[in-house]
Amino acid sequence: MTDVTPYVVLSAILFSIGCVGVLTRRNAIVVFMCVELMLNACNLALVAFAKQHGNLDGQIAAFFVMVVAAAEVVVGLAIIMTIFRTRRSASVDDASLLKY
Amino acid sequence: MTAFWILAPVMVLAALGILVVRKAVHAALLLAVVMISLAVLYAVLDAPFLFAVQIIVYTGAILMLFLFVMMIVGVDASDSVVETIRGQRPLAVLLGLGLAVILVASVGQITLGTVVGLDAANEGGNIEALANLLFSRYVFVFETTSALLITAAVGAMVLAHRERTGPRPTQASRAAQRVRDFAERGEHLGPLPAPGVYARHNAVDTPALLPDGTPAESSVSRTLAARGRIRSAPDLADDIEDVQRALGGLPGGSGSPGDTASGSGHNTENPSAAAGGPATDGDPGSEAPR
Repeated sequence: MTDVTPYVVLSAILFSIGCVGVLTRRNAIVVFMCVELMLNACNLALVAFAKQHGNLDGQIAAFFVMVVAAAEVVVGLAIIMTIFRTRRSASVDDASLLKY
Repeated sequence: MTAFWILAPVMVLAALGILVVRKAVHAALLLAVVMISLAVLYAVLDAPFLFAVQIIVYTGAILMLFLFVMMIVGVDASDSVVETIRGQRPLAVLLGLGLAVILVASVGQITLGTVVGLDAANEGGNIEALANLLFSRYVFVFETTSALLITAAVGAMVLAHRERTGPRPTQASRAAQRVRDFAERGEHLGPLPAPGVYARHNAVDTPALLPDGTPAESSVSRTLAARGRIRSAPDLADDIEDVQRALGGLPGGSGSPGDTASGSGHNTENPSAAAGGPATDGDPGSEAPR
């Protein structure tokens, strides 16, 4: 039997990359893509642990993560579009009106 | 394990690419690489159902949604380079590296024991086993996702819906507005002029010439002008002459092959020549008529 540790390590690396992307990128769409990357990294860990423990609960959890991610992307992109329509910009720095 | 060692570097490189590419479209394509590779890894990890769902839902639906929104927002809405918070970017990279080191080190320290494997759990088929779990132990979660999905759908519709504040402009009101603009500001009343149509060539990137020989800027698309792709009529004439000289200068039979080549080239470049004026035929030195 193969070990699942490399999969978990890869998942950790992808999660960290997504985290850095959320912190550094300024375009709201790219920030969203990085959030998707983090969710996918979690899914990989869930599927790997499902294989490790020999039951399918991990795969079910990954499936639910996908459902939630789909709903989140739909609402998030609608918000980005609304902001773009009023402010003509997709940058996360421009939507700072609540500060003042 | 071979698939993992091939795909893992590809995935990490593509994910790092998302961090550095300027254009959002390139980031979306790199994300597609990561997601398809993940789907293959799911297949390797005995999850054929998630393999299909990953490709259909993520690369099929979610990434297409990203691309659609990018089309609406504008493909060239690239990232700004200015930092709004001083030193945020290096600090974020440092923190990310720290997170990666901590996670990888802690995962590397633990021993997971022997892998049980999904052969027993997948015995009656992976999809059947997943369905058994989904509709027994997780049935309430499954029902709750329906509420989540319908809320998301309604929310997206409410957010994307635009209330029309004024009356819808009709053809008559548009025409009246044009006439008003002409009366008040002297704006051009008729349609815009067509791009240059000359005796020897025509193209949408070549402006039409006014009677005094100056190019009419309004005759070519503003998009082409913004990209700097507009060519002047004499430039285009020079290009055509270069091509004709190259075709006519072929070695071999001095007369007929070169003549036919230049003649056929002439016809393809110049559909209006037959109707317009065959006067420039056989006269490669002349410029476009002004």
